[in-house]
Amino acid sequence: MKSLFLGTAILAMSASFALADTVRMGTEGAYPPYNFINDAGEIDGFERDVGDELCKRAKLTCEWVKNDWDSIIPNLVSGNYDTIIAGMSITDERDEVIDFTQDYYPPTSSAYVGASADVDVKGGIISAQTATIQAGHVAASGATLVEFATPEETIAAVRNGEADAVLADRDYLVPLVDESAGALVFVGEPVPLGGGVGMGLRESDNELRDKFDAAITSMKADGSLNTLLKKWFGEDTATY
Amino acid sequence: MYSYCSDPDALSTFRWLSCYLTTGVHMSFYWSFLKVLMLLAITAPVALGFGFLGAMAARAPFSPARWIGKGYIAIVRGVPDIAFFLFFVIALDQGIEWLRHQVKCPDWDQPIRQGSDFLVCSFAKMPLNSAPQWQHEAYGFSLAVVTFAIVFGAFAANVLFGAMRAVPYAQVETAEAYGMTHRQAFWRITVPQMWVYALPGLSNLWMVLIKATPLLFLLGIEDIVYWARELGGTKTSRFTSYPHGDWRMWYFLVLLIFYLAFTKLSEVVLERIMVRLTHAQATLGGEAQRKAS
Repeated sequence: MKSLFLGTAILAMSASFALADTVRMGTEGAYPPYNFINDAGEIDGFERDVGDELCKRAKLTCEWVKNDWDSIIPNLVSGNYDTIIAGMSITDERDEVIDFTQDYYPPTSSAYVGASADVDVKGGIISAQTATIQAGHVAASGATLVEFATPEETIAAVRNGEADAVLADRDYLVPLVDESAGALVFVGEPVPLGGGVGMGLRESDNELRDKFDAAITSMKADGSLNTLLKKWFGEDTATY
Repeated sequence: MYSYCSDPDALSTFRWLSCYLTTGVHMSFYWSFLKVLMLLAITAPVALGFGFLGAMAARAPFSPARWIGKGYIAIVRGVPDIAFFLFFVIALDQGIEWLRHQVKCPDWDQPIRQGSDFLVCSFAKMPLNSAPQWQHEAYGFSLAVVTFAIVFGAFAANVLFGAMRAVPYAQVETAEAYGMTHRQAFWRITVPQMWVYALPGLSNLWMVLIKATPLLFLLGIEDIVYWARELGGTKTSRFTSYPHGDWRMWYFLVLLIFYLAFTKLSEVVLERIMVRLTHAQATLGGEAQRKAS
């Protein structure tokens, strides 16, 4: 009887390890080059590459999940997935609700993009995505902030004249400006914002955070993170 | 999809479109139409069932049942849909996980709520973390169906409650005078005749239900609105072989046509049902049919 009980206990324990090993990675899928949906309908981008490599190094089975930006933190804390890997900058406000790994992308520079280069970014109407560091920065800068749920809508607002300029991560804006045939231009200098991009986890998930932290450290050490950064953000991007 | 799609830049407009519209991501878009239709096909009968039970409860002679029925109708009809959708689905999901947690992990010693985290043991997750993604999606879809059914069930209950009362009382009295029990009179006289009174209200509900399907997006289900927004957004040539500008207008135009065509079709079908239900009824419509034949 006792051995039977022990046997089931061991079985249950090993099963719980097997279960814990599937990590669900939540991302937005609408913010190239960080994360986006490719032509085949799969999640692609810098974070897909980094995430898959991290999971391999931490010996975890990972599954990718798409979630709206608006509800990405609430769904993490209620346990629908285990990590947020969605170009999320590490900030003090977010750190109160969730935990972050160390950054896998150096502190980002954001940039203003408008229809012409002489837009007044301190006094005009500036669009930004809801609940981003950019939205916080615009609100604090004295300009009028208009918020949108998706990055796409923030750009559309500039194109159709609803906003004078948009503030977003520079890496997101570069391809859009390049292919706009002059309709969109950078305004002023890039603005350094945030403490780098990290992976978000539940505050209670210390074990998982340590695993990812160690994997990020090893990717930084052997230069493979820099290779991925250059692949997705160009040769002259900031590296480690 | 087609062999000539390997170099989209060199294609003529028609061929380019034929390649563009058959990419994997477009398949997800078409699949989402099926999702919406499936939701409607499942939700409508389930909501009608909820409505029927609600209406029966609301007119039951046994007072606690009546309170439950009336309470259900009043509360769900009174709470805004969006609030209900956002709150109820999370509560339902966490409720299920909490129950599973109590059953499967009785010797778990940590609190379930730690700060803002909701933590249950990994066996109690619904579905399990290791379950394939389609199971997670199916689970989310079922939660959506239940939520829709409860919301629309309350409205249907109110419609059916009114319809049951609209059946001429003399008919029920006559049935009972012939010796039918209360129950027999309900099932044989009231229920078959009430539909003609219920249909205008129910058809309204059906139309509203069709239009409410974009609420699926609130529940994290990738419905047609999500995909139209995603596919229509500006695509630059770095990340896709099919770059294009802001095409959301065209995609939403497709949705507009879809919804209009679908509601039109519904109207035609509902009109036919109405004609059948009116047959031999003691209503103005029934009288008109009798004179015409």
